[in-house]
Amino acid sequence: MNEQPLHDLDTLRARQPRFRGLESGHRACQGCGEALAARLTTEAAGPDVVIANATGCLEVFTTPWPQSAWRLPWIHSVFGNTAAVAAGMEAALKQQGRATQVLAFAGDGGTFDIGFQALSGMMERGHDVLFVCFDNEAYMNTGVQRSGSTPHAAMTTTSPPGELRMGKRHMKKDILSIIAAHHIPYAATASVAYPSDLRKKVRRAMDTEGASFLQIHSPCPLGWGHDGAKTIEVARLAVQTGLFPVIEMERGELIGTLPIREPRPVSDYLKLQNRFRHLFASEYRARKELEHLQAIANRNIERFELRGVGPETYDTEGADTVHRGGDRWA
Amino acid sequence: MALALEGSQALARTVALCRPQVVAAYPITPQTHIVEGIAKLVADGKFNCEMVSVESEHSAASVALGAAAAGSRAYTASASQGILLMAEVLYDISGLRIPLVMTCANRALSGPLNIWNDQQDSMSMRDSGWIQLYCATNQEAVDTTVQAFRIAERCEIPVMVCVDGFTLTHTLEPLELPTAEQVDGFLPAYSFRHGLDPAEPRSLGTLVGPEHFSEVRHAHHQAMMRAQEEIEQADADWAAVVGRHCGGLVETRGDPEARLGILTLGSVLGTLEDAMDLDPELPRARFIKLRSYRPFPAEALRQACEGLDHLIVLERALSPGAGGIVGPEVQTAVIGMAEPPRVHNYAAGLGGRDLSLDLYSRIVQAVFGAERPREFAIIDADPALLPESDR
Repeated sequence: MNEQPLHDLDTLRARQPRFRGLESGHRACQGCGEALAARLTTEAAGPDVVIANATGCLEVFTTPWPQSAWRLPWIHSVFGNTAAVAAGMEAALKQQGRATQVLAFAGDGGTFDIGFQALSGMMERGHDVLFVCFDNEAYMNTGVQRSGSTPHAAMTTTSPPGELRMGKRHMKKDILSIIAAHHIPYAATASVAYPSDLRKKVRRAMDTEGASFLQIHSPCPLGWGHDGAKTIEVARLAVQTGLFPVIEMERGELIGTLPIREPRPVSDYLKLQNRFRHLFASEYRARKELEHLQAIANRNIERFELRGVGPETYDTEGADTVHRGGDRWA
Repeated sequence: MALALEGSQALARTVALCRPQVVAAYPITPQTHIVEGIAKLVADGKFNCEMVSVESEHSAASVALGAAAAGSRAYTASASQGILLMAEVLYDISGLRIPLVMTCANRALSGPLNIWNDQQDSMSMRDSGWIQLYCATNQEAVDTTVQAFRIAERCEIPVMVCVDGFTLTHTLEPLELPTAEQVDGFLPAYSFRHGLDPAEPRSLGTLVGPEHFSEVRHAHHQAMMRAQEEIEQADADWAAVVGRHCGGLVETRGDPEARLGILTLGSVLGTLEDAMDLDPELPRARFIKLRSYRPFPAEALRQACEGLDHLIVLERALSPGAGGIVGPEVQTAVIGMAEPPRVHNYAAGLGGRDLSLDLYSRIVQAVFGAERPREFAIIDADPALLPESDR
């Protein structure tokens, strides 16, 4: 009997709707925002890239030897040197005359804190690298310790609330402003709740010559203490409240925002997460901190002029909404 | 034709002859002249490479790592504090078996601040999994650098070429530079079989658990031990090209009949040789030049120590609270001999203290007539300079 397979592997791969750089089957938690963000990023980046990856969850859950979930050439060196490793790869590929593009992946610790010096140097020297920060706002891989990216008042294992404290005392570092001060060609923020926007920004960054930077807000159900099924909802609320502004910059100048159709109160976002639970106790300190966080959100909306003038296809409600008849932005 | 060149400038030109595609470095005296020299060659269009002037030593090592992993020959240079700042990346480079070459322009470590020559910096990286080759002269530094690229790439182990800071790097010596044809004939184009390539995607530097980690280390150790052959071979093959030997793993010089041996690493050898030559009254010594410190050539050392009654291990670094660093390892190696020499261990020349010709008679007299190994000492330290309580 002549048994012929319906499709060979190449045909099947060619029929995949998108290139997959990060395969399923890795060991991320359910609802991991970072895994989603990495998949979306590599889908948009395509197969002709090399990746330098910082130490962190993404490295650990994708490559427990002898397995790897990556379909792309990928290297992990140490925690703080990702931008420098990427710079070295870029210098090498340039000398070899190859068009392969370089991505650097790091969490917020590897971007805001320990990896910052190397990142600043890489941008200053103008290497053609897209540095992606998967921002989940704490050191999740080591058990949820506070980072420079942890929001004000959030509970982590090293910023616990208590008699004398209401979570993290300090503010979330305004990393994009620091990046902007390097006047790199392209820098943007994105959120896993808005995948079309995210993909578009990856493509744009890759089309840009020189250093580019993308900060992707990526909820961590374990570290933030929310239901793993609500990752998108939580990420969406961070944007809709104004706590995580989704913006784009060219050479340090603001060139675009994702407008907020109707700003939501920050409590809508905070109450879904255990890391802010202490802010909902009936006490004066908690009320003051909630007011403080609302003021931060208001300030973001004002600073970046995030308030939309009316319903738009491309705003916090319209973007990535599938409409009847297939009208979908991007 | 012999040229009068400063060590650093000679190394810059030698590195260029080896055609690395990426050079990354951060200024740190005394290796600075090497990268300045390379930068000038690049600026003048005499050397085509990506010269990446990074913002720290940590990044210098990282850029070199990334470049080598992405398929280009890469080079960096460092010294002293820079080596320490690189430390975690150096372990990572060797652990990932990425072939790189680095010059370490040996220098003291802080604190207190001291910018001068000793070998505490490279000694602190003894266990980093890098091959370490020590150079006695600038000519050796030149020849060893060429050899180092071939050794690194054949063994898939990074090589640190250790050159005494200032004593060699800032000293003008007559030396021969190889020609481009000689280097090209000796050193094939760079290839790294675990390189990063979209056509054949692989993951490097993955998470390796307890069930495989010991095997990773075992393989690395075995590769280091096997590298001894490659180090000898590279020296022999290069000698066939240029007619100069660097001494393979271990070289013996001086008086072969002597019952007293002096083992050194680096440039102090020349001073001791001169001292012995200048004064025929002094007891004769066999000099043992330990060129390869890692891998540690125990067997070659035992052969070099055959017939010795006393062996002085003179080093330019120490392990406070224990004594020497190289001394105890040499002691362990010679225990395997039928008639091992007594091993006496001294440090000298720390933080750039001048090693004058009388060093020879001082160390020789210190062990004269010893029935058992003398106690470790920093032989040129002057306790009188210290308060009573610190002596």
